[in-house]
Amino acid sequence: MDPKVGVYICKGCDIAKTLDIEALAKAAISDAKAEICKVHDVLCSPEGVTIIRDDIEKEGVNRVVVAACSGRVFPELFDFGPQILTDRANIREQVAWCHEPNNEDTQMLGEDNIRMGVAKVRNGEPPEPLIEESSRDILVIGGGMTGMTAALGAAQSGLKVTLIEKEKNLGGWASHFKMAFPKKPPYQEPEDSGWKELVNQVENNPNITVKKETVVEKTSGQPGHFAVIFKSNGSDSEHTFGAIIMAAGWRPYEASKLGHLGYGVSPDVITNIQMEELLAKGELKRPSDGKPVESVAFIQCAGSRDENHLPYCSSVCCRVSMKQALLVRRMNTEAKVYILYKDIRTPAQYERFYAHIQNDDGIFLTKGEIAQVSKDGDGSLLVDVNQTIMGEDIQVKADLVVLATGMVPASKVEETEATGEQATTADGKKEAQSAEKGAHILNLAYRQGTDLPTLKYGFPDSHFICFPYETKRTGIFAAGAVRAPMDMSSAANDAWGAAMKAMQAVEAIAQGRALHPRAGDTSYPDFFLQRCTQCKRCTEECPFGTLDEDDKGTPKPNPMRCRRCGICLGACPERIINFKNFNVNMMSKMIKSIHIPDEFEEKPRILAFVCENDAMPAVDMAGIKRLKYNSMVRILPLRCLGSMNVVWINDALASGFDGVILLGCKKGEDYQCHFVRGSELAEYRMDNVREKLKQLVLEEERVELHEVAISDYDKIPGIFNKFLETIERVGPNPYKGM
Amino acid sequence: MAESTPVPSRIEADTLVVGGGIAGMTAAIETAEAGRKVILIEKMPSLGGRVLSSFQYFPKLCPPTCGIEINLKRIRLNPLIRVMTLTEVTGVSGNPGELEVQLTVKPRFVNEKCTCCGECEKVCEIERDDEFNYGMCKTKAIYLPHLMAYPPRYVVDPAFAKDDRMKKCVDACTYGAIDLNMAEQTLTAKVKGIVWATGWKPYDATKIDNLGFGRYKNVLTNVMMERLAAPNGPTQGKIMRPSDGHEVKSVGFVQCAGSRDENHLPYCSAICCMASMKQATYIRTQYPEADIYMFYIDVRSPGRLEDFYQKMQKDAKFHLHRGKVAKITENPTNGNLILEAEDTLKGVITKTEVEMAVLATGMVPNAVDSPPPLDTSLDEFGFIVNEPGRGLFGAGVAVCPTDVSGSVQDATGAALKALTAGARR
Repeated sequence: MDPKVGVYICKGCDIAKTLDIEALAKAAISDAKAEICKVHDVLCSPEGVTIIRDDIEKEGVNRVVVAACSGRVFPELFDFGPQILTDRANIREQVAWCHEPNNEDTQMLGEDNIRMGVAKVRNGEPPEPLIEESSRDILVIGGGMTGMTAALGAAQSGLKVTLIEKEKNLGGWASHFKMAFPKKPPYQEPEDSGWKELVNQVENNPNITVKKETVVEKTSGQPGHFAVIFKSNGSDSEHTFGAIIMAAGWRPYEASKLGHLGYGVSPDVITNIQMEELLAKGELKRPSDGKPVESVAFIQCAGSRDENHLPYCSSVCCRVSMKQALLVRRMNTEAKVYILYKDIRTPAQYERFYAHIQNDDGIFLTKGEIAQVSKDGDGSLLVDVNQTIMGEDIQVKADLVVLATGMVPASKVEETEATGEQATTADGKKEAQSAEKGAHILNLAYRQGTDLPTLKYGFPDSHFICFPYETKRTGIFAAGAVRAPMDMSSAANDAWGAAMKAMQAVEAIAQGRALHPRAGDTSYPDFFLQRCTQCKRCTEECPFGTLDEDDKGTPKPNPMRCRRCGICLGACPERIINFKNFNVNMMSKMIKSIHIPDEFEEKPRILAFVCENDAMPAVDMAGIKRLKYNSMVRILPLRCLGSMNVVWINDALASGFDGVILLGCKKGEDYQCHFVRGSELAEYRMDNVREKLKQLVLEEERVELHEVAISDYDKIPGIFNKFLETIERVGPNPYKGM
Repeated sequence: MAESTPVPSRIEADTLVVGGGIAGMTAAIETAEAGRKVILIEKMPSLGGRVLSSFQYFPKLCPPTCGIEINLKRIRLNPLIRVMTLTEVTGVSGNPGELEVQLTVKPRFVNEKCTCCGECEKVCEIERDDEFNYGMCKTKAIYLPHLMAYPPRYVVDPAFAKDDRMKKCVDACTYGAIDLNMAEQTLTAKVKGIVWATGWKPYDATKIDNLGFGRYKNVLTNVMMERLAAPNGPTQGKIMRPSDGHEVKSVGFVQCAGSRDENHLPYCSAICCMASMKQATYIRTQYPEADIYMFYIDVRSPGRLEDFYQKMQKDAKFHLHRGKVAKITENPTNGNLILEAEDTLKGVITKTEVEMAVLATGMVPNAVDSPPPLDTSLDEFGFIVNEPGRGLFGAGVAVCPTDVSGSVQDATGAALKALTAGARR
């Protein structure tokens, strides 16, 4: 169906007080050649919206430009259904509220925004979701507290679950621990972790298939169609899943590296895990000579909070030692227990557990630095502790020394920790390597690597405080101690969230909709592979490993892995990657629809590519606050700054723009970019841009990149005004008017 | 989905989420994105809760607006979420899987025609305490709760709705959005499960009388400090001494102020160590030469947050003092505070004079004031104890003190628990 464009201009909210509405309407019809243009006093009123709906129904309008407030306001009012492509041309926050009223330059800006809106809708199409038959089955890897709880949660929501466990039995670490520290009020005595009951529930749930002594041999495909091959005691099986929950758990830190804390000095220097085994046996005897244990010294943070071992804190060890201390005291009421710590970390209600421990006459706690652990003449152990609370150095004599060692996630692979830094680079190569040497839990047949890329210390997370379940592989969710060090009850709780995300994922995929952060988006990238030159930029730059490749190097898209950011669109030098409602040609036409005055004096032109996630809202906020800035800037929103294709900068310069400015989210180790790497890639591509400028004999200062968060709205005028000053100094684009 | 007035008298959904802070918003969004209908209610005039009062989150020092913006976008775009602000639960009956909830909607006195143009605010003559800024400044009687307010609509403080002076505002509005005769409404919601995400309020620091809050001007609480640092706060982000507006050369952070204390809050609020260290970086950014002291019992920076603590220790003018502050007195000549504490590593009593003291006070769950219905178990501190087989599940700080990441994680799980309520075996 041919596009029929209707432009609807609102006069409310000072728009009519600032702009000549008739001239705007004229620009819509004569310049932009919209078929229909109407004006209303309050477009967001029921009457206003009805005008648009009537035109759609009766006049056949199928492309709508709403020239009014920001698209962030009343999106539901101006949603005319999936068949109608709608654009919100901002003439309120970005024109009427932040520029001089009844002014020629402000008017030109308003008219350009309408021209851009028309160009946008005319050169795009409403997206159609890609709906294919998909699986709603969930794979849970790991049969400990986390995996079992996740399987039950998913099963309760009506989904079919396969739970695999590499050991002979379900239960994970919980099955090796006698008790858990208290999670129920009054938070005093150790309690049952409930693992046995969970095993029972899982094994009796008709929606859960349990496969023991089973690992994943290979995972190929994409969310909705994860083809997984299992290996189980020599035999293979396969199944297709919609989403995967990775609850692969953890392993204790290697105690052999803790010689400086006495490990190896005597068989009576053991780890907290070995202590659990002793306690589970029910008799507290020294490993060396079998004599009863009358005194125990716990050394906290053993190999944790230590640059030379595990730099992070494993969160649970304080409570584990306290639980073990209580169990020792219960087994032997005469026993003396010493807990030697750096800081006691019993947050929230666990503080009451600590208070309970402190009330026990036989448990002594002191802060201190461990100087040495040695053997005494009689075979007992001596722990020298310096800088204790008493201000003194002391020596503790004990039958048993327990090193409270930390938790290492199953996803951690030793080789990749050499740098200790985030293994991401702009071209994705370093990250591909780290995922390549992955932990072989998922064994993904993905071009970018076999497992979930890890961030820091081997944990496969996203670094997003607000979205803790997001990983860099769509449809695959990490949960439990593999995601972050946590105790059994927290791990079980964590599982509920992962099950929710998995359930959500299969629902969305079945409807051809994207997941977070563009949840609900039905567009997806289309690749015109006939013109592909196998440069591999898209396959390497995609933060989510969406693209595999064949042996010639031609990308193989997997649309369900895609988060619709458009980074691939921005990467492609041949411009063959496009979305129905966001494509290279559309943006080029939008740029060309802007009128560039021939004169530079007092009328330079700057094009701003603005990420719509944080930077665009910041520009809106500046308008809401009525902060004024120069009206020479033309604003083009992008899904992600990484989706910027360098050809648009060419288009801008060829059109006569004097400068181009890019506003995006924060990059680097503390990245804010919702697509992980978008703003970083934009900066990386700036090198190409600078090359291009050199070739055209244009000054490098004509293109700038800035990091902007929404809360930086007060800096927006300064950024635009300062850039304008730079451009005025550099002078007009010599290609202007050519 | 935008709120409409009046609301229908009977609505249905799969889940009701009570509380529109970060936990409640998350529970609602996750539920809707799984294709289920959800009602999200909030007793204040806007969504957002306490996280919006933060200037930055630890450990990334990132702005709350980033996460809130995307969450609001997801709410705006999802027709399965019905948001109702100024709304509270007044009763619940029924069994998990089929619950009947009575809701009361208090009048906003502003309807959906509001365009946030701000003309009413310009002409309003009445001022009132700004609770968003913990009373440190004022707003007009008709106000926008904050820049990220959702719904983006003004609200009239009910104390002034019948004040004659409000007529000026009504006249100033060209959209007919102000309705001073708006009435309270009640309605019934039929849902399968409930997520109770009612959050917390700061512990009342005036109760800790050995620490001088309320008596000495330059003793603040951590939540107030956060507002001082925020650009949309009472001092536009400039951290100044409350007594005289001077720049600050020394600050003392008093940890566990009324926490881990049998006389006040016996539990630990989990985040205060990290919050104080974060605020120390605010001060360091504005005052590179300031002496910053932190008086602590244990420094709690669990998990990967340890990196932040390690980084703080590299600051030569960040002085860690192991020992709880026993008493704060004032130096009457200059308004400085004298912090008395034992240095437990040296075994001596010290007195430290600082220009400003920040009490790291704890979080009190709101369930203490407004307990959840359906015989929900609360522990002795007012935190919800989640039990299987129930129809109502606590999420976020309503269950235990935690940070943003913990609240979001917990709320995601609570969403599934509520959806499967009544379907348990």
